[in-house]
Amino acid sequence: MNFGFSEEQEILRGEVRKFLDEHAPLEEVRRQAEATDGFSRELWSRMSALGWVGLTIPEAYGGAEMGLVTSVVLLEEAGRGLFPSPLVSQTLAAQAIMRAGSDEQKQRFLPGLADGSRIATVALLEESDRFDPEGIALLAAPDGDGEVLRGRKCCVSDASAADLFVVVYRSSAGVGPDGISLAVIEKGGAGVSVDAHPSVDLTKRVSTLTLDGVRVDEGIRLGAAGSAWPTVSYIFDVGATLVTAEAVGSAEGGLAMTTAFAKERTQFGSPIGRFQGVKHPLAEMYVDVESFKSLAYYAAWALDQSADDAAIAVSRAKAYASEVLPGMGLQGVELHGGIGYTWEYDIQLYLKRARWVRPMFGDADHHYQRVAALGGL
Amino acid sequence: MDFELSPEEEAFRDEVRRFLDENLPPVEERKPEFEGEWQRKVRDKRWVGFSWPSDVGGGGGSIMEQVILKEEMSDRRAPSLGTCFMGLAWVGPSIIHYGNETQKQRFIPEILDGKYQWCTGYSEPGSGSDLASLQCKAVREGDEYVVNGQKIWTSLAPWAEWIILLVRTSSDGPAKHDGITCLLVPMKSPGVDVRPIKNMAGSAVFAEVFFDNVRVPAENRLGEEGQGWQVTVSALASERSSISEVQGLVRRYAELKELAQTTQKNGRPASAHGPLRARLVRVETRIEAMRLNGLRFLTKQLKGEKLGSETSINKLHRANLEIEMGEIALEICGNAASVASGEATPGGGKWQHFSLSWPEVVIGGGTPNIQRNIIAERILGLPKD
Repeated sequence: MNFGFSEEQEILRGEVRKFLDEHAPLEEVRRQAEATDGFSRELWSRMSALGWVGLTIPEAYGGAEMGLVTSVVLLEEAGRGLFPSPLVSQTLAAQAIMRAGSDEQKQRFLPGLADGSRIATVALLEESDRFDPEGIALLAAPDGDGEVLRGRKCCVSDASAADLFVVVYRSSAGVGPDGISLAVIEKGGAGVSVDAHPSVDLTKRVSTLTLDGVRVDEGIRLGAAGSAWPTVSYIFDVGATLVTAEAVGSAEGGLAMTTAFAKERTQFGSPIGRFQGVKHPLAEMYVDVESFKSLAYYAAWALDQSADDAAIAVSRAKAYASEVLPGMGLQGVELHGGIGYTWEYDIQLYLKRARWVRPMFGDADHHYQRVAALGGL
Repeated sequence: MDFELSPEEEAFRDEVRRFLDENLPPVEERKPEFEGEWQRKVRDKRWVGFSWPSDVGGGGGSIMEQVILKEEMSDRRAPSLGTCFMGLAWVGPSIIHYGNETQKQRFIPEILDGKYQWCTGYSEPGSGSDLASLQCKAVREGDEYVVNGQKIWTSLAPWAEWIILLVRTSSDGPAKHDGITCLLVPMKSPGVDVRPIKNMAGSAVFAEVFFDNVRVPAENRLGEEGQGWQVTVSALASERSSISEVQGLVRRYAELKELAQTTQKNGRPASAHGPLRARLVRVETRIEAMRLNGLRFLTKQLKGEKLGSETSINKLHRANLEIEMGEIALEICGNAASVASGEATPGGGKWQHFSLSWPEVVIGGGTPNIQRNIIAERILGLPKD
C-alpha cells in the first residue's frame, strides 16, 4: 500500500521545480507568454532534452515510457508558477497516436514529439462545446480511397504553435459513438488554417482550426474509419486528469501567494492573516486543494492501470476542481484588496488560470452528472 | 503508487474473513446473547486494543493490520471490538504512555475486558474550545487531592464508573497550560454529582458533572503534577488516518442514496430531481476525496512519519458531510420530515434523529472554526489569534 510517489518521481519533482524556479519565475512567465506562440521555444528544447516532453512516450520511440502518474508530477510543478507550454497538448496528441496509431504511424510521428522538435495538439471540440459523441458533427465526405474534411474545430489549445493536429471527425453520419474517426493532420497542408484568438489567460493559447478540403487517407487516419470513439473518450479522460493535475499546482501557487500577502499586509495594527475572516477562507482553500489533489492522483493511477473505476475517478477529480477553482481565484484577488485588482500584480493571473481550467475537458456540471450516472444514482 | 496488500497482509485479511465467516451471523439473525459471545471471542483474538503493545495485553497489530481489521469489521457490520469506548479510544493510550506500572496493571486489563465505561472530564462551562483555560480545581492535602468544580458535555457520565479528569493544580507558571494535572477518579466518590443533559435529539447521553470536595488519592494522578496538558494532547494527538470515519460515511451515503431512489417526489424518485441529485453526487465525491486523503495520511504513517494538523482536512469534510446528509434526507422526506417517528415517515424517524445528532461529531472533536484555525496557523503558518 503506497498512495504516494516513488523516489524517482520525487526526484523529478525536485528537478522540475528547481528548473522552473530558475528559468520561469512569474515576471519571466509574463515575458514568455508574450512570444508569438505564447511560450519559450528555448526552454521547450531544454525540457525536451531532459526527457520531460516525451515523458509518456515509449522508449522505442524516444520517450521515457513513464505513466500518467509521473506526468502528474511534472504538470503540478508546471502549474505552480503558471509556466506556459504545450505540455498537455503534446501529451494528449502522443497518447492518441500511441493508442490508435499503427506501428508505422507511431514510427513516423512519435519520435518528433518525444524530442520536442515537433509540437502537436488535439482538435476535439466544435461549436456545440460537448464532450460526448453527439458533440462531434464534422462529417467527412468520401473521396476515392480516402475522405475529405471541411469544417471547423473550436477551442484548440496551442494550435498556433502546433505542427500536427490530431483531429476528431465523423466518417459516417450519426450522433452515437459509431463512425467517429481520428486523423493526424499537418500544419501547412492544403486547406489547413489556424485563427489564433486573444486569450483571457495570458499563459494559455486558444485557436480555431479550419479545415477546408483537407484530405485524409489511411496513412494519417489513426485506426479504421469510424472506430476511434474509445480513443477519443480516453483522451477526454486523460485531458481532464492532466488539466486537474496542473490546476493542483496553480491552486497551490495562488494559495501560497495569498498566504504570504496575508502574513505581510498589516491593517488595524496586525497582519491581516491573524483575522479569522482572512485565515479561515485560506484554510478552506487548503482543504479543497488537498482534496482534489487526492482525487487527481488516484485518477491518474486508475488510468495507468486501466482500472474499472478510472472514468468515475477522473470525473470526481475534475468535478471537484472545476467547482472550487474559480472561487479560490476570486478569493485570492479579494483578499489582496486593491493591489489584487491591478494588471501588474500576479494574483489576477491565478484567477484567469482557474477560469481557463473550469470548462477544460468538462466543467463541474458535466463531470458531476457523469459521476451520478456511473455511480448508479 | 500501489494499492496492493503484501502477502503477509493478505494472509491477515484472510484470517479476519475466516473468523467473520465462522463467528458473525447476518445482522437480522443475531440473538441477544450474541454480543457477549462476540466480545469474548474478539478479546481472545487480541483484536480489542489491537493497536496497543502486546506486553500490556494489546494486539501489537501493525498500522496496515489495524486498517485491514477495521475495514473487514465495518464491511460486515460487526459489533465493536471491545465495549469500553473511551477507555479504548484515549484513556488507555494515555495510561500506557504516562501511567506507572501499578496503574497500567490495574486499568488496562479492565479496559480491554470492557468491565465498565470511562468518561472524559475535559470541557467546562467556561472552557470549551479554549480548553486550557479550565478552572476545576484540585488542592493537594497529604496523600490526596481535593477537587472542586464543574465539568460539562461529559458523554457517558450517567453510566461511567471512572472519569479521566483535567484539573487546575496551579495558576502560576508562564502559560495557562502549565498548571493542569490529570486525575483518574471513581465516579462513585463522595461529592461527585451527575446531572444528565438532554440534547436536541431528545437523548441524554451527556451530562454535567459537579465535584464538591471530592477526595482523590494522589496515586490516581496520571503523569506528573502540571503534566496534564501533555497527557491530554498526546492522547488526542494520536491522530488516525480517518479510515473508519470514512467507512461510516460510505454506509450512511448508501442509505441516503437508497432513500433518494425509493422516495417519490412529484411522481418521480427524489434522486431524479436535478438539485437533489447534484447535492447527492457532491456528497459522494467528497466522501471519496476523504477516503483518498485518508490513504495519503496512511501512506505517511507507513513511512514512519507522525500525522499532525493535516487530519483537520478530513474533520472539516466530515463536519460538512454529517450536516449535509441530514439536510438532504429531510428534503427528500418532504412534509413527512415533520413526523418524528413511526410509519408515517420514511425510515421510521431515523433521518430526523440523524439530522439532529451532528453536533456530537461536529462540535465534539473540536469545532470547524477550531479546525480552520489549526490549518491556518499550523500548516499555512498564519499568525495566531
